[in-house]
Amino acid sequence: MFNKKECVAMLLAGGQGSRLYALTQNVAKPAVPFGAKYRIIDFPLSNCINSGIDTVGVLTQYQPLVLNEYIGNGQPWDLDRIHGGVHVLPPYQTASGADWYTGTANAIYQNIGFVDRYDPEYVIVLSGDHIYKMDYNKMLTYHKEKNADATIAVLDVPKEEASRFGIMITDEDDNIIDFEEKPKNPRSTLASMGIYIFTWKKLKAYLIANEEDKEATKDFGKNIIPDMREAGEKLVAYRFDGYWKDVGTIDSLWEANMDLINPNIPIDLYDASWKIYSRNPVMPPQSIGKNAQIQNSMVTEGCVIDGSVEFSMISDGVTVEEGAEIYDSILMPGAVVKKGAKVEYAIVGENSVIGENSQIGAKPETIEDKDSWGVAVVGNNLTVAPESVVAPKAIIYENI
Amino acid sequence: MDVNMGNVLGLVFANMHDTTLGDMTKNRTMGSVMFGGRYRLIDFPLSNMVNSGISEVGVITKSNYQSLLDHLGSAREWDLARKKGGLFILPPFGNVESTLYRGRIEALYGAMSFIKNSRAKYVVLSDCDVVTNIDYKPIVAQHIESGADITAVAHTGVYSSEDIKTSTVFNVDENGTVTSVLINPDLSGTCTTSLNMFVMSKDFLIDTIRDAMSRGNVSFERNVLQEKCRELKIKVFEYGNYFSKLNSPSSYFKANMELLEPANAQKLFVPKRSIYTKVSDNAPAKYDLDCTVKNSLIADGCIIEGEVENSVLFRGVKVGKGAKVKNCILMQGTSVGDNAELNYLITDKNVTICDNHILTSSPQYPMYVGKGASV
Repeated sequence: MFNKKECVAMLLAGGQGSRLYALTQNVAKPAVPFGAKYRIIDFPLSNCINSGIDTVGVLTQYQPLVLNEYIGNGQPWDLDRIHGGVHVLPPYQTASGADWYTGTANAIYQNIGFVDRYDPEYVIVLSGDHIYKMDYNKMLTYHKEKNADATIAVLDVPKEEASRFGIMITDEDDNIIDFEEKPKNPRSTLASMGIYIFTWKKLKAYLIANEEDKEATKDFGKNIIPDMREAGEKLVAYRFDGYWKDVGTIDSLWEANMDLINPNIPIDLYDASWKIYSRNPVMPPQSIGKNAQIQNSMVTEGCVIDGSVEFSMISDGVTVEEGAEIYDSILMPGAVVKKGAKVEYAIVGENSVIGENSQIGAKPETIEDKDSWGVAVVGNNLTVAPESVVAPKAIIYENI
Repeated sequence: MDVNMGNVLGLVFANMHDTTLGDMTKNRTMGSVMFGGRYRLIDFPLSNMVNSGISEVGVITKSNYQSLLDHLGSAREWDLARKKGGLFILPPFGNVESTLYRGRIEALYGAMSFIKNSRAKYVVLSDCDVVTNIDYKPIVAQHIESGADITAVAHTGVYSSEDIKTSTVFNVDENGTVTSVLINPDLSGTCTTSLNMFVMSKDFLIDTIRDAMSRGNVSFERNVLQEKCRELKIKVFEYGNYFSKLNSPSSYFKANMELLEPANAQKLFVPKRSIYTKVSDNAPAKYDLDCTVKNSLIADGCIIEGEVENSVLFRGVKVGKGAKVKNCILMQGTSVGDNAELNYLITDKNVTICDNHILTSSPQYPMYVGKGASV
């Protein structure tokens, strides 16, 4: 029954996602709801299966409960396979002791045994916090054509944004000759997307060597890639020109959600040839009431809407009562907005209840001091009492 | 009374009443008729059985069952992909004696070896013509306690002759025992009508089928319920919860429209007693900049640019700019062109309504557009 796999995916899903604050108090970042009916991890998992990669290791560490249950046996992504499929890989104990994953490279190092079971030629390393649709198989073909040891997917970003990313400096053949992490004066505009393909034999050797170096931080960007470059391995950049967004912060999470309803942004969830799969919540169709007014929004199963919704993403099982108003906001699964409440430029966490006539967040034009404006966040499973006011940019962790 | 529902076998008749919904069942079974925005009729009996704790279910079908097989697949979505029990699809068994069955008795006879092999003690039988969220546990409990041979789920209410002429009607004494049975009578007013769900012991069912077959009888209603009404102990379980019985195209239209009333939808879609269906991985519904949507049920995958009111839209329906959709049921994949106007229309799967078309009908006889048609 043993089938060799050409390429195995390793998905880094163990980070805390501390910059999502209240939204990742009890949930790992890849399990944060996104785009009305998805969770962030649906994007890399769907990309894998759509690219023909059917063996995925998901490295978990921080608050894995929701994420583990969500992934389950991988069936929603067609990743329940007799050989291969999706496997959740938490840190584990060995005869010589037990260690948490101490870095991205260490997480893969601790699972060399998992990868070796499939005896792959290549390994693709992915992150659990990016929204994009990408054919990894094209990147793999490029890796093979270039006869590379490591291929890093890059996005050409506007010059003024380049200082927010890890920047790759390449020669005319797109060989990577140098790189800089968040440079003040970037020498290039090619930003790393956190997607790497390695020739497994090479990567394995560098992982083992890095582990022996007690000073090393056990990180891909800080150790493995620089080590490979110094040793003269062939590193190439793979240019990607589709939509890609890191959703590691409140602002970027909000923006990426809004991108889905912006007709000028090229990410299409309705393309039947590249579906994004997700675990189904088993709920009735959305019920739109007599008083409802919905425009420029996405709404999914189990919602009951009788208020106004504009420029918003409404996840499964959300209730918006009569007279409630939702503008430019994200309501996560099971959220309830009571009569007369107003939610503007805000994210309401899972199963949280916004009391009658409350005001959550505000439009930017209503605030004089632009620096004090931002997206307001109500965490998961909270109750906001009637008549409450949550200021823009505020982050709510407890019932108010 | 605590009932062990692990001891109960479910049998669903997918083809019964195929003729009552007209063209909608031309190429599919009653069980695979679409309903309520994202369901097929068989989802209701299957989910009800699963939610009642029944984990072994046979689906009896006779013809046009391709769409049914496609819908059910491995039955994982109903949690019926099991090592012990699970879902069994029982098409006609190919030999000379039992070809296409003519009545419920012959259908059951074709499934005889399946029924005999089951380790269940009791059997719950259901058709696909009643849409409801029912718990079979108290019905099985009543059946055991009363010592009845057959327990029939029924509803007492005021009915029109239109409804009664396709129903089985029970005359019941003060103890809930059936004293006589009328089939498709010409009546109206207060009646106790059958919801086509029955409970009996497995042994009784097997004996009844054998006996009826040996006499050349094919109808469970006529040859068992009606003829043996006096010699058997037939009890009624009076069902008081929300339900819709689909016995004509207009009742189908009405039952869908009733779900626009939140009070009705809440009685059918009960939390923790979910109605399961096949997953189709659609994106969320998208409401565009200039759309207006009121009093409607909308499924995922819809893209709405026009106006929708008092309507049920199934998965992946597209409503173009300036289009007006009122009092319509638009099934999966229907595409409504720009500036088209629809009123009282039922479209089957993948129907295309071209730009600027106007189609209007009446609530009594909503117009039906067949599968894949282009208007």
